[in-house]
Amino acid sequence: MSVPLKFHYDVHGEDFTSAGNASVQAKKALRQLGYDPNIIRRVSIAMYEGEINMVIHADGGSADIIVYPDYIEIVLADKGPGIPDVSKAMQEGFSTAPDNIRSLGFGAGMGLPNMKKHTDDMKIDTVIGEGTTITMRVNT
Amino acid sequence: MKMSKIVELLNAKVLCGEELLENEVHSACGSDMMSDVLAYVKDQAVLLTGLVNLQVVRTAAMMDMLCIVFVRGKIPSDDIIEFARDNGMVVLASEERMYPACGKLYANGLVGGALHA
Ligand SMILES: Nc1ncnc2c1ncn2[C@@H]1O[C@H](COP(=O)(O)OP(=O)(O)OP(=O)(O)O)[C@@H](O)[C@H]1O
Ligand SMILES: [Mg+2]
Repeated sequence: MSVPLKFHYDVHGEDFTSAGNASVQAKKALRQLGYDPNIIRRVSIAMYEGEINMVIHADGGSADIIVYPDYIEIVLADKGPGIPDVSKAMQEGFSTAPDNIRSLGFGAGMGLPNMKKHTDDMKIDTVIGEGTTITMRVNT
Repeated sequence: MKMSKIVELLNAKVLCGEELLENEVHSACGSDMMSDVLAYVKDQAVLLTGLVNLQVVRTAAMMDMLCIVFVRGKIPSDDIIEFARDNGMVVLASEERMYPACGKLYANGLVGGALHA
């Protein structure tokens, strides 16, 4: 059995300027592995939405891409406030983002549903006051 | 439509990607909300926006877009242009406002494209 290929990224919460950078790096890595552009795009969009969420809502965290023979796993983990009502957060249009985030182009409440739309599986583990881990899978 | 036609129609400044202007693009979208671009846009190659920050180019890169048009006379900073250049994108800047800019392109055959299924 070969060990799955892993890419690890730290997502910094303190400055919005770098938000999305990990997803840019991950996209490059997947391109180098020669994946189909549509697969790469789905992984990129799902990871990017989750990365932006970690910056906006959770003060940063970590992002891991794990490449298995027939799927790509994206694990986004933060030590933020957690999500009190996951089914509500999954609804299109639900957002707790402040106005200053909206002026940066985000905060429409579309990210989580969009992550679900672009992945084959998505699991949210969240504990109030401890953090959130989102695990997504895109079949290759 | 060739991207050089967009330059002409919007009387735009070319900030990077001059060498790519003869490439064809087939659809576009206009938005200041990157949330909506990520959620609603499918195969559009051109993004018109009045928002200026690094997330605009990163969002466009995630979606494999080819060209960004900054409207309302917004000029992006060097790091934004640098990112676009590194990622093989064309960046244009136009004095036009969003609505007339989109209208001119649409009227000349650059359509909106399909929504997500
Ligand atoms: N990592 C997280 N930690 C804590 N809360 C989160 C996290 N991710 C999402 N949320 C909560 O879920 C809500 C919905 O998230 P979603 O990504 O769908 O929308 P948004 O980030 O507010 O706006 P958009 O994604 O459209 O820019 C957020 O407003 C926030 O309250
Ligand atoms: Mg979000």
